[in-house]
Amino acid sequence: MTDVAGDLTPRGGNATRAAAATAVNPGATDQATAWSVASGPRGRGASSNAWRKRLEIFFFVAPALLLFATFVLLPVVQAARYSVFRWNGLGPMDNFIGFQNYVMALGDTVFQRSVTNNLTIAVLSIAIQLPIGVLIALLLNRKFPGQTAMRVIVFVPYVLAEVVAGVIWKLLLQPSGGVNAFLEAIGLGGVTQAWLANSSVALWTVMGVLTWKYCGLAIVLLLAGLQGVPEELHEAASIDGASWWQTQRKITIPLLGPTIRTWMFLSMIGSLQLFDMVWILTKGGPDNATSTMATYLIRQGTERSQYGYSSAVAIILFVISFVIAGLFQKLVMNRDAGDDKPKQRRKKVSR
Amino acid sequence: MKRTAALRAVALGAAVAMIATACSSGSAGDDATDGSGDENVTLTWWHNSNTGAGKDYYDELADKFESEHPGVTIEVSALQHEDMLTKLDAAFQTNSAPDIYMERGGGELKSHVEAGLTKDITESAADTISAIGGSVDGWTVDDRVYSLPFSIGVVGFWYNKAMFAQAGITENPTTMTELYDAIEKLKTAGIEPISVGAGSGWPAAHYWYYFGLRQCSKDALEAATQQFDFSDDCWVRAGDSLEELISKQPFNTGFEATEAQGTPESASGLLANRKVAMELAGHWEPGVMQGLTEDEQGLGEDTGWFPFPEVEGGEGDPAAQLGGGDAWACSEKSPDVCVDFIEFLLASDQQKRFAELDMGLPTLPSATAFVAAPELAQLLSFRNEAPYVQLYFDTAFGENIGGAMNDAIVSVFNSNGTSQGIVDAITSAAALEQ
Repeated sequence: MTDVAGDLTPRGGNATRAAAATAVNPGATDQATAWSVASGPRGRGASSNAWRKRLEIFFFVAPALLLFATFVLLPVVQAARYSVFRWNGLGPMDNFIGFQNYVMALGDTVFQRSVTNNLTIAVLSIAIQLPIGVLIALLLNRKFPGQTAMRVIVFVPYVLAEVVAGVIWKLLLQPSGGVNAFLEAIGLGGVTQAWLANSSVALWTVMGVLTWKYCGLAIVLLLAGLQGVPEELHEAASIDGASWWQTQRKITIPLLGPTIRTWMFLSMIGSLQLFDMVWILTKGGPDNATSTMATYLIRQGTERSQYGYSSAVAIILFVISFVIAGLFQKLVMNRDAGDDKPKQRRKKVSR
Repeated sequence: MKRTAALRAVALGAAVAMIATACSSGSAGDDATDGSGDENVTLTWWHNSNTGAGKDYYDELADKFESEHPGVTIEVSALQHEDMLTKLDAAFQTNSAPDIYMERGGGELKSHVEAGLTKDITESAADTISAIGGSVDGWTVDDRVYSLPFSIGVVGFWYNKAMFAQAGITENPTTMTELYDAIEKLKTAGIEPISVGAGSGWPAAHYWYYFGLRQCSKDALEAATQQFDFSDDCWVRAGDSLEELISKQPFNTGFEATEAQGTPESASGLLANRKVAMELAGHWEPGVMQGLTEDEQGLGEDTGWFPFPEVEGGEGDPAAQLGGGDAWACSEKSPDVCVDFIEFLLASDQQKRFAELDMGLPTLPSATAFVAAPELAQLLSFRNEAPYVQLYFDTAFGENIGGAMNDAIVSVFNSNGTSQGIVDAITSAAALEQ
């Protein structure tokens, strides 16, 4: 069963591992605390040992913390500072304007449209990719000839570099491109479109490409989750006379819960920060129809040398993502911290 | 145990060293070379002629200047155009701009000057400035000159002569009515008339700029470009003219997402690959088209050019042209010899050779006769005879107001905006700047 994971680890490993880390996060924290208490050798009074341990921890954590502080925390703080100035990036920053940049951004119809687009993409991504992902994962979890090959094929779009995939789709979606040629060849000439140029269609086109690109991730994560559903339960269910469909519905999907919630979380954050695919396909156009918060930031901010304003937009984007992520953690992921039964099992099985 | 600890330390050290080197490289140097005399200076020069004869010629010029000025070393960086702009932006923000760089004038220059980044060369280059003449106006802030323009072109219609003949168009359109007539003839012949890169914004915006130039008197134009006074109703009429043009549906399918240049599907690519009959573009177009066809010829013999037609009833001079160009500037902290070098670049011999190599449209009047390509020579004659050449509005207004304006124009191209909307977008963006 681990063969697939083995196949995919070199490329998909990162995402999968990150997801797994998030999934077991609450448990992991518990574990860490338990471990440090247990191993704290206070009773023996070997305090030099404790110091040694602290030093060791510091030694390993410090470089990472330093990098994190330099490349994540510092820019965030700097952006917050820039965001209260009107500043074109040149010369001293001396035109303090308070929260005017924020007021401007929140009042700008294009920005509002970008936020709406982000939210639409976030909701639709989950609504479209979850059913597809679950269905395909269930199918691919059954044994059939060519199973491994199928799994690889399904995962290929996700492995392809975003830019490469974007450029290929862009060419296919040109008015005289492959998609329209295909539609005409199968007799659907009537639905041909300037897919990326029509401002009422462009967002849906982008949505389609995103689905194609990211379904693979959902499927692989869910497949990994399926490995954690113990075989005995299926056996027990079939002994009780449950059909395949009943087994999936009553046993597999509920046990997939933690994985699904983790995937939803990743998908949502990805949708809110969506930039590269949109940038390559449409640059947020035509006429801002596919603008997202991130492309808005570049187009209205940095490309216009409005560094104070773009910093304000960046902070708003940060706050929106942070709040939604926090709420999701609190309201949805929290459930996973309580019932860690399936998770522990899952871990045992997956090891 | 000892061994592993030591290994860890080595690994950590190596990682830190790698990060440190990664951070330290890459900034443009103000580092002078080690030398004996104290006259040794190094000039850094960024330009965008990064291929072919142009690159060789600039290298040759740098060598020549070095041999004429012992002690001067010129570090030449030939960059791809977009890369150069991005790097320049970053360099200005970190105050590490190269000594000699390309300046496009207008609002961009103004913000560089306000931040004290560009050298005032009014006195130090006085001779060359007077030799170039009126063209330096676009690089002047408060009567001080900051750069020497080496190439100025104008925007007009590039077209495919063979397609015009096929559609039975015998004379180049000189008025909008004639242009509409040509559009009809091309459509009847089954040819898409015009490609426009509305996805990139500015190519679409050029139409509105030209309608503004044709509709507005010189006074209204000056009030607008100098005080952002768009109260004259000619600016709304410019938008109306644009809407009229769009209503004839002359543009390529999917023009809303078409990019300006770079791919065969871009506006320039469509013209170069004979998919459309014409495109409104600047003097760079033949060069761009050559890069977009397999035989590297672009339209070759079929390349034609005509100026933007007259708009009936407009108050502007029908011979006025929209254009812009590139100039050499020295950054504020560059050594004085920098000014000598940009004057050297603008000297008569150099401008002649620049013209012969078709690298651009020389600004020095004595060099204009040496432009080799016939269409460019024709374009140049219109530039030289124009009563005034208006700098592209987006460049003139600066990135912020220019960006807001271009977005509003693109909305009109997408049938979402109005003539008044363009004017409103400009005035509200301008109000924020003041």
